[in-house]
This record gives sequence, structure tokens and C-alpha cells, in this order.
Amino acid sequence: MTHSALEASGPPPGAAPAARVANLTKTYGTGDARVVALDDVSLDIRAGEFTAVMGPSGSGKSTLMHCCAALDRADRGQVYVGEAELTSLKDKALTQLRRDQIGFVFQAFNLVPTLTAHENITLPLALAGRKPDQEWYDTVVGAVGLGDRLSHKPNELSGGQQQRVAVARALVSRPMIVFADEPTGNLDSHSGAEVLQLLRRSVDEFGQTVVMVTHDPVAAAYTDRVVFLADGRVVDEVRRPTREVVLDVMTRMTAPSPDRAAD
Amino acid sequence: MFRVALKSLLDRKLRLLLSTSAIILGVGFVAGSLVFTDMLESGFDKIFSRAVGDVVVRDKAGVGEFGTTTDKTVPASLVADLAALPGVARADGNVSNQSTFVIGRDGKAIGGQGAPGLGLNWNDAPGQGGQPVVSVVDGRPPERAGEVALDTRTAERAGYDVGDQLKLVTSSSTEDQLEATLVGTFEFADGGTLAGASLTAFDTKTAQQLFLGGRDEFNDIWVSAEPGVSQDQLRDTVAAALPAGDVAVTGEQEAADNAEGLGQALSFIRTFLLVFAAISLFVGAFLIVNTFAMLLAQRSRELALLRALGASTRQVFASVVAEAVVVGLIGSTLGLAFGLLLAKGLQALFGLVGLDLAGQSLVVSPATIVASYVIGVLVTVLAAVMPAWRTRRIAPVQALGDTVALPESSLLRRFVGGLVLLAGGVALMALGLLGDVPRAGWITLAGAVAVLLGAAIASPVLGRPLLDGVRRLFSAGFGTVGQLAGENTRRNPRRTASTASALMIGLALAGAVAILATSGKATTATVIEDTFAGDFVIGNVSNQPFSSAVADRVAEVDGVTQVMRQRFGIGSIDGDFAVLGGLDPAGLGPVVKVDVVEGDLADLGPGSVVIDSSFADSHHLHVGDPVTYTLAQGEEDLEVAAVIEPAPLLALPATTLDGLARLGFPQEDATVFVAGPTASVDDLEAAVGDNPFVTVNDRAGLVQQQNDQADQGLLMIYGLLALALIIAVLGIVNTLALSIIERTREIGLLRAVGMTRGQLRRLVTLESVAMSLLGTAMGLVLALFFGVAVWRAFRDDGLTELAIPVLQLSLFAVAAVVVGVLAAVFPARRAAKLDVLDAIATE
Repeated sequence: MTHSALEASGPPPGAAPAARVANLTKTYGTGDARVVALDDVSLDIRAGEFTAVMGPSGSGKSTLMHCCAALDRADRGQVYVGEAELTSLKDKALTQLRRDQIGFVFQAFNLVPTLTAHENITLPLALAGRKPDQEWYDTVVGAVGLGDRLSHKPNELSGGQQQRVAVARALVSRPMIVFADEPTGNLDSHSGAEVLQLLRRSVDEFGQTVVMVTHDPVAAAYTDRVVFLADGRVVDEVRRPTREVVLDVMTRMTAPSPDRAAD
Repeated sequence: MFRVALKSLLDRKLRLLLSTSAIILGVGFVAGSLVFTDMLESGFDKIFSRAVGDVVVRDKAGVGEFGTTTDKTVPASLVADLAALPGVARADGNVSNQSTFVIGRDGKAIGGQGAPGLGLNWNDAPGQGGQPVVSVVDGRPPERAGEVALDTRTAERAGYDVGDQLKLVTSSSTEDQLEATLVGTFEFADGGTLAGASLTAFDTKTAQQLFLGGRDEFNDIWVSAEPGVSQDQLRDTVAAALPAGDVAVTGEQEAADNAEGLGQALSFIRTFLLVFAAISLFVGAFLIVNTFAMLLAQRSRELALLRALGASTRQVFASVVAEAVVVGLIGSTLGLAFGLLLAKGLQALFGLVGLDLAGQSLVVSPATIVASYVIGVLVTVLAAVMPAWRTRRIAPVQALGDTVALPESSLLRRFVGGLVLLAGGVALMALGLLGDVPRAGWITLAGAVAVLLGAAIASPVLGRPLLDGVRRLFSAGFGTVGQLAGENTRRNPRRTASTASALMIGLALAGAVAILATSGKATTATVIEDTFAGDFVIGNVSNQPFSSAVADRVAEVDGVTQVMRQRFGIGSIDGDFAVLGGLDPAGLGPVVKVDVVEGDLADLGPGSVVIDSSFADSHHLHVGDPVTYTLAQGEEDLEVAAVIEPAPLLALPATTLDGLARLGFPQEDATVFVAGPTASVDDLEAAVGDNPFVTVNDRAGLVQQQNDQADQGLLMIYGLLALALIIAVLGIVNTLALSIIERTREIGLLRAVGMTRGQLRRLVTLESVAMSLLGTAMGLVLALFFGVAVWRAFRDDGLTELAIPVLQLSLFAVAAVVVGVLAAVFPARRAAKLDVLDAIATE
């Protein structure tokens, strides 16, 4: 892969990109109903960083994540996860990539109801026919703090516990990158904080790359970098965000602006 | 409310299709059976109403029970006498025979698998009302010896054209085969069908030569009325002029009598088919109950919302029932259409076993249409009421909650209820099969239905150990995918079990039939081994009698030490069809071994019968008691001379050959048992001559012949049971397809975290196989139970051997797995095609 785009956006020293999108465009519908979800987006996701993608509804943040996570295809442009260029891959290769290189935490319905927490955590590995690395598994489960509830089925776990199991599942296969889609959207603030701390620790302690789509400034404050999307474009970026800074940017974005209207 | 129900129905086209499929098949089979039998009936009716004169004259014993021809005739001189009567336009004498067959170009007889081969004299006598009965299509009528005319269908099947030389066989001729020239073909004037019977016409003199021993006599005389003379008037005129012993019947009466006799035969076919239709509906009802339960479970939130918006429980219940009515109506309409196709299929199927209905058009009577809709709607509504009733327990507040579940009955209560029903069914069956009670058949049937229902109801619990085993097996063999599949089948035990129950019923019946058939074959082999002391059997499987000259010639063959003829006549006892055998008592013992229970075989004479012990028990008979047969000439009492153990080789009750002849039955043989250890098959075959209906079998050949015959009947039963299995398979497809719709989000999740399409297809396939394995296991257990129970009941009637067809039952099990795999194809493809993102986003 070329490093030119990466260098142009100025990576911090020592950080290789875990994922990268270049000139990504995606539209839905035709004619009057045509909606541009992504409009020539280029972005690097740096390895070992916790990145938040924010933006108002319809800004394209979810579409961007889905394209990066091999769940959706763009109309134009490239998506790289590690060395792999996704747009050229067939369904089977994409599935294997999701299984081996990507971890997922969804907003809700993260777990297979017929499997225990333990079985859910090891599901991607099991689907690949691999055994989990026991030491790493113990580390992850220890970090998630669910030691005594591993044999429980999802319906015997609280919402926060379920999300922590989902995080453990995302981490246990040592993926290139973990995508979290509003992981705290359905949780109370206390459980949400636990899940966010867990994601933060996975970055700090395990060097995991994490991308989180959120609309919650509090959640965004846990990350290293916040990328703001509006109308399918990257419009702003904040490093080492705080809740206040994020709120400020969001307020500016949603306020009617003559500049943006002309854009 | 009704509009809401209708709209929600149309929004789910696929589900609608799936839920109607069971009704379509069930109703289709009912409609198909009715259309087919109507078709049969109308074909015969056309002939019966046309092919009788205004008045028919015959000897009062000229026609036997069930329409058989006897050797009682009227003199030819009567024709001229009747023709001279006032009001009589003309009178024509008829000669007929029911065992005359054309040999086709391939050397095989045309027909003869039950359908009669009618031989008759050609005349142009008009039928009722002066209408012509038959019309010549090609050539001309036969005029002299050596000429015949055939009905067009038979000529076509045999491959003969006018001018061709052809061969015939007839039971009453001493010749092996007759040679004749085909001079003409004819057909019924308004296209009636003979249902596989063939019609061969000779000139009158030749027909009398062949069938009446050359005497100038007729089997009956048709008398035609002059214009303005009614049938009743004509009959009175004719009757007054008849000699004692002869009778005159109006054409209308004659047609009605014929139709009634045939109606009994047809009603057997109708009942036979409707039994399978009932099985299909029974199995289909499971499918409908299951489908509605699933659809309502998926719609619980919607129903809760309706409740929250102010709909009463009654309204919700009514809307579900209304939905069932619509589904029932749609299913019945499509089922009716499918029934027409099925009737065509039955036409072909029955054609294979000799009931040729080619060219007969479909008959859809109003009764068929009404029956289809009533049954379709009724079954659907009844099946929907149970799950619909549960919707009454959905609370409005559930609309706001996260998960809405349709309340379900407790598994324990269900299990206990099922077991009680099962036990009751077993008790009823025991009573019906082993007890001495009236209406034993119905009691047994009710018991069997209760056993099937009880097993189905208890199956969610009964099947649990098996599903646990399957899950462990799958986990071991297919890893996580196998484990998931195993878990999924246990997720909703009611649903899994009731889906499997449909398969269980089909397999229980097919398996029981297989066990009984195999036991029957084993019994036959044992019977032949144990009771046949002779060496050869000459006869045929279709029971077409053949000339007594055959046995005369066989007796002369080198090495033949004894020949035992067996014949039979047909009559009725207490209104039921009853065979009266005729045999040569000298052969009892040396040729066919018998064990005498009571009386002495030496006492068997022309006025007495030998009966077997099961007949003696069921009719409460002992030596010296009379057996009363209704025959052509009226009631005949035959005294019981001896009671023997059941002897399946013999047609019992049987009198002597003379006794049978004295009662007016033709002296034609049905079976000839031959003792002659040193006789050669070649010599015997040479003596028998070239008659396709008469075959020479040694002991092994006899066993084989019996088995082949049994197999042919079995094939038909399996063919019809296959329909129940098809419905069961549809049930699996249905359950899988609906559960995939239910689990869309879970499937999206699995795909997102890395399950490949192949793995997903395997998951669905394994779930399907698990259901079919459960159905198979339960079905085979019930098959063993039913098979052994029925066998036990018939053991005393001669079904002495019990044989479990292990190979065949194993094949059923293998077939069930294949069926499971096949049933999964469509649902698995649908699951694999789901877009991951859409699936995850599904509510």
C-alpha cells in the first residue's frame, strides 16, 4: 500500500494505519430521492487509537462504519483494513475478514441467545475452527469482569453485562480493528461508563484499535480522536477531546451557517 | 378489524403462501379423490344408461351377485316370440362373457388386471329410448366365424388396425388361442369409458359357439318399445308372455341395478382414496396449527398494539379467525385447482394397475366444490382457533415492552395430557383389535388417531432426549455450527415437535404398512412351505378363470401324479361380498395339507362346505350349521361339513367342484395345484399352451408371484402415503422459513461476526435434519407399535409370521435425512441471501 495519503494527513510518529478509506462515495436512491451518504471521504484510522465518529443523523457516520467494517459496499473509492483492500473482495473473503480481522459491538442484540456468554465470546474463533489462546482469553475475560457469569445465557445477563460480553467477543480474536456502533446507546449512564472504560482499557493496555460511532459527547470524551461528519463529508476533527469541546463542535455544526450553506 | 387482518395478511405474501400450502395439498387430495371417482362413475353411467334395452329379459338366475354372468340362459326362439308382441318394435338376443381377452402385438393380454374382458355377439339393438349403443368407427361389424370387432381403445392399446390378424383367449374355449381377423372398430355412441375393460364382438353364431357351448340360446334379450309405449307398459306385456323362470326388467331398473352394483365397487375406491385424503388433512392440520402459532407469535407486538389502541380481546380473536377464513378460502380455491391436476395423476396411476380411463374428461360436481371449501375453511379455522385463543391473553401493556411473547401452555400439562391421550388410544386399540366388540374397526381407528395425537402432543417432552442426543452428535460432528443447530431445535420444543409430528404420522403409517406387508410375505412363504405338498401351481394372479381343458391336459403330462382344481364363484353372505370356492376334496391332504379342527373332510359334498376356523369364529358356526349364500337364483344353504385351520392357498368357504357347478357357476378353473415331483416345467408349459393368463410356477415361483402381487398393491399405498410425507416436508420448509424470518437479526449478527454463507446454510440444513430425525424416530417407534398390534390381531386369522423389515425401515430413516436436507434447501438459500446490514437493522 502507498503511504502518501497517510503521510499527507500527518500520522503521529510510530503509528501505522489499521484502516483507511480513500475517496469513498456512496449514494442511496435515484432521482429526487437520491441521498449522498458519503461524499468523497478519505480518512485514516490509526492503529492503537480510540477513534470516535460523530455527526448528526444522516451525516453518513453509520454508513462509513459499515463500509469500513466490511458490512456494506461503497459506490466508489477504496477501503483498506490492514493490508486488505475490501472493495475487490467477494462475500466469502469479506466474511472471513470480519471473522478474523474485525470485532463488532452493536447497540443491541449483540449476542446469540442460545449460547452462553463464554460461547458467545469464542463464537468468531469457533466459526473459524480455531481454539482461543487461553492466556489471552483469560486476560480479556478478566478485563471484562464477568468471571462468574460466563456460563449464563444472554437473557440472564443485564444490558451492561451483555455489552461487556460483546466487547470481550470483539477482543478475543485479536482483530485488526474493533467497530462499536453506539455501544452505550441502550444503557444507563453507569453501565455505559463501564463499557466505555473497558474499550478505553483495551486501547491503553492491549494496543487495540477501536472505532466507535456515537452521538454522545460523554462517550466521545473517552476517545483519542473525534472525527465529525456532516452531509457525507469529514468536516472537523478533534484530538484528545473533552466533553465540552465536542459539544462545542457539535453545536457549531448543527447551527445554521451561511458558510456551510454555500459549501 | 377485518380490514386490519386482511391487510396484515397481504403484507406477508410469503407467509400466506406457506400457510396455505398445507391446505392446498389436503383439499387438493380430497377434491382429486372426488373428481376421480366422479369421473369413473360418469364413464360407467353413460354406458349403463345407454347399454340396456327398454326391457331386458333373462332367466331369473341369469345374473349373479355383483353382476356376474351365469350359465342360465333363455332359448333363441323367445326372441321371435317377443318381437311379435304388440308394442314391441324389435327384440335382440345377446350373448356375453366376462373373460375374453385380446393378445396384443407384444404377446401380452390387453387388460385383465381386474377389469373384465367382455366378449359378446354383435347386434345393432338400440338401447333405451331407441338410441344406438355403439357406432362403428372403422370397418364393419363381424359377420362370420373368424371375424371380430374391437372397441377403438382396445384396438389402439393392442396395436391392431382393421384387416390385421389377431389372437384372443377366452376362458370358455378349449382352444389355447383363437385367431381372428379384425374387421371393424367401434365406440360407445356418447363416449363412455370402459375403465380398462375390453370389448370383443363376434357374430352371434360364433359367440354362441364360444360362450354357450354352441347352443342356440342367449344370455338375455333386449326388447325395444314402439314409439309411445312406456318401459313399464312394455315390461308388463313382455312379462305376461314369458315362460316360467324368466323375468323382464325395465331398462331404467336394469341401469340402476348395474350402477348400484358398480357403485359398491367404486365406493371402495372412493373410500380408499378418501382415507388418504383424510390422512393428508390430518397431517396438514398440524402444519396449519404450527403456522398460525408462529405467525401469531411474530405478530404478538402488533396484536398487543391493537389491544393498546382499544381493540377488545374478542376483536383480536375474531380478526385472527377472520384471517383463517381468508386463508382457508384461498387455500381451498388453489386446492381445488390442484385437485384437478391430482385427478389426472390418479388417472395415470390407476391406468398403471389396469383401470384405464384414457380420454375421460374431468368431472367437477357441485358437491366436490362445496366439500372442498367446507373442508378447507373448516380445517383452517379449527387449526387457527387454538393459537388464536391464546391471543386473548396478550395484554395491551406488552405493546410498550421490549419482548412480547405469545403465552404458551405449560409443557408439563401438555406432556401429561398427551400421555393420557396416548394411553387411552392404546387401550382403545387393544379393545378394538383383541376384544370381541361391535364396530371394532372404528374403535381401532379412533384408538390409532388418539395414539398419533397423544404422541404428537407429548412429543415436545418425549422428543427431548432425542434432540439432546442430536445436539451432542451435531456438536461433535459440526462444531459450533452443529451446536447452534442443536440449540435452535430445542429453543422452541413445541414447534420443533409439532413439525416433526407431521413426518411422524406419515412414517408411522408407511412403516406399519411395511411391517404388515413383510409379515404377510413371510407368512405366504411359510404357508406355501408348510401346507403345499404339491410341486407346481398353474394359475394367474388376476384370478381370470381359464379353460378346464388345461387341467385335463396337465393330468396327462409325464410325472404328474395328481391334479387338484380350484374354482370360485361370487355371491354374498348377509349382503357382503363373499367368495364360494369349489375344490377337488381328493387333493386335500396329498396336495394341499389341511388341519381339521372339527368335522370330517370325507363329509364334504355338493351341498356342503368346508370353512376355516376364523370364519367359523366370526360367524359362530359349527359342523352341521348352514352357511347361507345369496346367489343368482336366490338363497342357498350349504351345510358346514368340516372346519379347518386357516389355509391361505384355498378359497374358503369351499364346496366341491360339482357343488359349485350345480349352483350355476361356469366350469372354469382358477387355480390348478399339481403334484408330480418328476414332472418338468417345460412339459407342463407345453401342456398349458400359449395363454398369457395361465402361468406355471414351481414352489419358489409361487412365493415370488404372491410377493409380486403384494408389492404392486404396496406401491400404490406408498404412492399415496408419499403425499402425507410431502405435506410433512412442506411443514419443515414452513417452520424453517418462518423461524428464519423470526431470527433475521440473529442471522445478521452471526454473519457480521464471521459466519460464512456456507456455514449458515449448513446451520439451517442441520436444523432441518434434526426435525426430520425426530419425526423419523417417533414415526418408526409408532410404526413398530401399530405394525405389531395389527399383526397380533390378525395372527389368529392366519397372519402367523411377524417380520420386521429392518432394511426397509432403515431406508425410511435414511430417506428422512435426505428429506431433511432437501426441505432445508429453500429456507437455507433465503437465509444465506439475507443482506447482513438489513438483517442487523431488522426490528
